[in-house]
Amino acid sequence: MVGGRSWRERLFAVSNVGIMLIAMLLTLYPFWFSIANSLNTGDDLRFGPIFLWPRDFTWASWETVLLDPSILHAAWISGSRTVIVTAVSITYTAMFAYAFSRPYLKGKWFYAAVGFTSMYFSGGLIPSFMLMNWLGLYDQYWVYILPFLFSGFWNVIIFNANFKAISSALFESAKIDGANEFTIFFRIVFPLSKPVLAALSVFVAVGVWNDYGVTLYFTQSTDLQTLQYLILRLVQSSDAVEHMANLVGGNNPNVASLYSKVQGQGAVNARTLQLASMVIASIPMIILYPFAQRFFVKGVLLGSVKE
Amino acid sequence: MAKPYKLGHDFRTQLELKIMLWPAIMIIFIFNFVPLYGLLLAFKHYDPLTGVKGIFTSPWNHFENFRLVFDNFQFWPMVRNTLGINLLGNLIGIPVTMTFALLLNEIKHARFKSWVQTVTYLPHFLSWVIFGGLFINLLNPDSGIVNYVLLHLGLIDEPIQFLGDPKHFWGVAIGTGLLKDLGWGAILYLAAIAGIDQSLYEAAAIDGAGRFKRIVHVTIPGILPTLMILIIFAVSGMLNNNFDQIYVLQNPVNLPTSEVIDTFIYRVGLQQFQFDTATAIGLLKSVFALILLVGATTLSKKLTKSGLF
Repeated sequence: MVGGRSWRERLFAVSNVGIMLIAMLLTLYPFWFSIANSLNTGDDLRFGPIFLWPRDFTWASWETVLLDPSILHAAWISGSRTVIVTAVSITYTAMFAYAFSRPYLKGKWFYAAVGFTSMYFSGGLIPSFMLMNWLGLYDQYWVYILPFLFSGFWNVIIFNANFKAISSALFESAKIDGANEFTIFFRIVFPLSKPVLAALSVFVAVGVWNDYGVTLYFTQSTDLQTLQYLILRLVQSSDAVEHMANLVGGNNPNVASLYSKVQGQGAVNARTLQLASMVIASIPMIILYPFAQRFFVKGVLLGSVKE
Repeated sequence: MAKPYKLGHDFRTQLELKIMLWPAIMIIFIFNFVPLYGLLLAFKHYDPLTGVKGIFTSPWNHFENFRLVFDNFQFWPMVRNTLGINLLGNLIGIPVTMTFALLLNEIKHARFKSWVQTVTYLPHFLSWVIFGGLFINLLNPDSGIVNYVLLHLGLIDEPIQFLGDPKHFWGVAIGTGLLKDLGWGAILYLAAIAGIDQSLYEAAAIDGAGRFKRIVHVTIPGILPTLMILIIFAVSGMLNNNFDQIYVLQNPVNLPTSEVIDTFIYRVGLQQFQFDTATAIGLLKSVFALILLVGATTLSKKLTKSGLF
């Protein structure tokens, strides 16, 4: 159909592609900006910002970040927490959803009531803070794990829609063959639900990895800081210098020791350090999400989308 | 004759199902329901030093905490910031995201389309610490690209203090919020568009409808239910700011326009240790959020016959 399209159609198609390219540029550029700046020497940045390509290339900031014991420790806290919470909470949530989706479950109204209530009512920050204190979770590693072992009733609804789509003949024949519920769940339902498991696992992992609220609200010791929290303090303390204000971040020992280490070292400064840590901390999620991307729509919107 | 065998109604199966349900139920009870009891603090005069026992032993002061909240000079500016950022953010964000989805749907080259999607999803998967931190750098008056470009194009004479001047905070919050979830937000619309009956498009085309008319008369009505649900969510979340976002972008200078309910609760509660007042604000917020949710759902049901429940 070459030439079959009017000039208006072509103009639309071309400008549409243009808009998409701009959207992609707007999305990618901030990230590129920080990569380029973090790979430049700090001394050179004083002569003016760079926008496209490092003027005076160096790995020094990246090396400082990757070798700093407090950053590595924070990465360990974030990473271990992400893995544990994702694995356990997805299992618990899927298990809950499976049992909930069984037509022969007795007392279903109770579980539905608890689930829906949990979606709309919560005590809020202060009562949660007091609970953590009361349970002895305040300033303990467990505060990162225990409250998050169930990933929410919303995910139960999504799992439920997926499990209902599995042919009931499979369940019945397994049951008649004497399989118990756990066998059915782990051997039949789990393998058949890979798309939704992959998608929701990525969502949970991203949420946990990116969280800094728990550290902010429920911990105070420096060796429980997560990577995101440490970067927050890096950003805030160099921001504070700019606004000539003394912010809490300024007296964070981890941040202070990191900054004092690179002082007088021409290749690294607070800015390059900050940008390098941001880039490095986002790498795990950037690697993760494109793999699960094809499952997002398929797994999560099943039931709401007509095929 | 034995009773007819009912699959799954035996004791053993029910026990197994209960074992599967109870881990989650316990977590909900402990971490969702037990704190509800702490809401009592909103009606008491509470001293943090008395600990958990104090929730029960401290004296009632009825609505004194709420009166203190309303009398606080920071309260109304903070409510204005919360509503302003959310309202404007949604008024701009929803149409822009929908338009982006509609345009993306018109891209016929499948591989290019999926590239656009992958790339525009990226910011959604970055934390607010990182995405906000990037923009703090980009908007920096001395070294950020935004001011550099604006200065060199001659659009401004001196650098704009995007985060150092309260005037600009709403704009920064709305702009970064939009950019972070533009691609991700489009997913829901695209899924809804994919669910539209293709024969409607063919029929429209036969009737002589061009691309634009097909979008207006087929696609948009087709995604209306999705749009309605998103509006309900937006309305019911009107008091919920993204704490993660606001807290990162906040600094002492822009506080007059950047303090929102969630950051206020954090500041009053966990930094100034006024647990009773902070709980009162939290309770007020939840009550109004629930009213908004119910109101929006009812209204949407009346108007379009599609709602959440």
